[in-house]
Amino acid sequence: MTSVAAVPPRASWVEPPLTLIRRTAALSLVELQKLRHDHTELLTRTVQPLLWLLVFGQIFSRIRAIPTGPVSYLAYLTPGILAQSALFVAIFFGIQIIWDRDAGILTKVMVTPTPRQAIVAAKAFAAGVRGLSPVVVLIPVALLLGVSVTANPFKILAAAVAVMLGAGFFACLSMAIAGLAGTRDRLMGFGQVLTMPLFFASNALYPIEIMPTWLQVVSHVNPLTYLVDALRGLLIGTPAHLTLDFAVLLGATAVGIWVSGALLGRLVR
Amino acid sequence: MTTPAVEITGLVHRFGGGADAAAAVDGLDLTVAAGEVFGLLGPNGAGKTTTLRVVNTLLPVQQGGVTVFGLDVSRHATQVRRLLGYVPQQLSVEGALTGRQNVAWFARLYDVPRRDRAARVDEALAAMDLFDVADRLAGTYSGGMIRRLELAQALVGDPALLVLDEPTVGLDPIARDGVWDRVRAMRAERGMTVLLTTHYMDEADELCDTVALMHRGRLAAAGSPAQLKADLGPDASLEDVFRHHAGIDLAASGKEGLRDVRRSRATARKLG
Repeated sequence: MTSVAAVPPRASWVEPPLTLIRRTAALSLVELQKLRHDHTELLTRTVQPLLWLLVFGQIFSRIRAIPTGPVSYLAYLTPGILAQSALFVAIFFGIQIIWDRDAGILTKVMVTPTPRQAIVAAKAFAAGVRGLSPVVVLIPVALLLGVSVTANPFKILAAAVAVMLGAGFFACLSMAIAGLAGTRDRLMGFGQVLTMPLFFASNALYPIEIMPTWLQVVSHVNPLTYLVDALRGLLIGTPAHLTLDFAVLLGATAVGIWVSGALLGRLVR
Repeated sequence: MTTPAVEITGLVHRFGGGADAAAAVDGLDLTVAAGEVFGLLGPNGAGKTTTLRVVNTLLPVQQGGVTVFGLDVSRHATQVRRLLGYVPQQLSVEGALTGRQNVAWFARLYDVPRRDRAARVDEALAAMDLFDVADRLAGTYSGGMIRRLELAQALVGDPALLVLDEPTVGLDPIARDGVWDRVRAMRAERGMTVLLTTHYMDEADELCDTVALMHRGRLAAAGSPAQLKADLGPDASLEDVFRHHAGIDLAASGKEGLRDVRRSRATARKLG
């Protein structure tokens, strides 16, 4: 007969963060294994940003309507499109968690000794990996179009980290909404409502300085603005506030993981 | 005295709020002894799944008390989860992963040490007769194979309490027999406690040492299948026992109970 100790051992202070890291790694591995078995998604994710750069970017470069200082509009736009693709990849990620709930997978994982935040962090990681696929395609295309992108591997690596953090935050935002909305249909509605304001109230397409004052305020509390600023600074060398950008992205992602993890239990009740 | 595997006292669980709240579980008292196969029986909407979800920490204890091997599920949820293996009603594996990857995933979530992990995964797959197909994508498995893969996932953490929610619902008779055989074998080899829900009376009769008949969130009767049937008469079935204690036909009660739960869950969703 099974013998089980009734008194739980006292956990040391290092145990919770170690458990969080171990479980996040275990769940992230599953996300990578899923991508490995079906990587068509990585390819399809690159089409829309390419169209933005090739069609929107080239047309607006000719109009010369947007003041971008010493860099061409195409160079100015390229980091904005990278950030936009991270947003678009991640903002509907909550659907995956609702799908996992409906399939019974989320329930099963939540019955294991896994912190809720690890479940969310692994999904955020998966969104980050998906957000990177447009980077791999978009930067060579931008180079072919004459955009001067840095060749410094450390700056490219830092840009990849920024994209992963940005996509991770937007995935957490989507999962938090999933926890509140509870159904795919409602989440789609919220996602549609959020996407365009987040995109247009940022510096992805145009400088903040040309926005009306109220929109400038909104753009300063929009994490997408900080992602775009970091990518521009790292990839095309425009002046940027990298410390602030990374602090905002890290802080927003950490808060996002905590909040959406706390809301996860609502999905299975 | 041996600590019971599960002890439930005065459990009440309501979905929704205010005057619209319907009690899915309404004052339930139950004790599951360590090492036994315990079946919660009843029609849809009787409160079986809600009870399981409170035991496995997915739902909070609203009123009453629940312990698993002496641990209060409200205060020691993480420790309780370390003791559990759980198979939900839905067939729920990652179809884009192989059978082996699906089991290894849960081995990591249950902290199976790295040096033992491969062997434990192989052992769980072999116990479920899936070793030869372990490297195929789970999406290509039949319903019965998926259910056995889920049992392997639940087994790999070497749980003290295996919780099975309607383990054979939707399976054909051959697949059902396969699941029953594995549950019997697991119990014989490992001596673990098994808590399952079912609305198949023959399943309860075959598998369970003790059954509890639930009706409208309450306990209608409890005991060994043989004892419950013998108490009623020489030719009585578990179905007759349920009819006798609940005072209602099982099929009719099922429709009514299901409607109640659907209504209360819809209300809960509206309330967010």
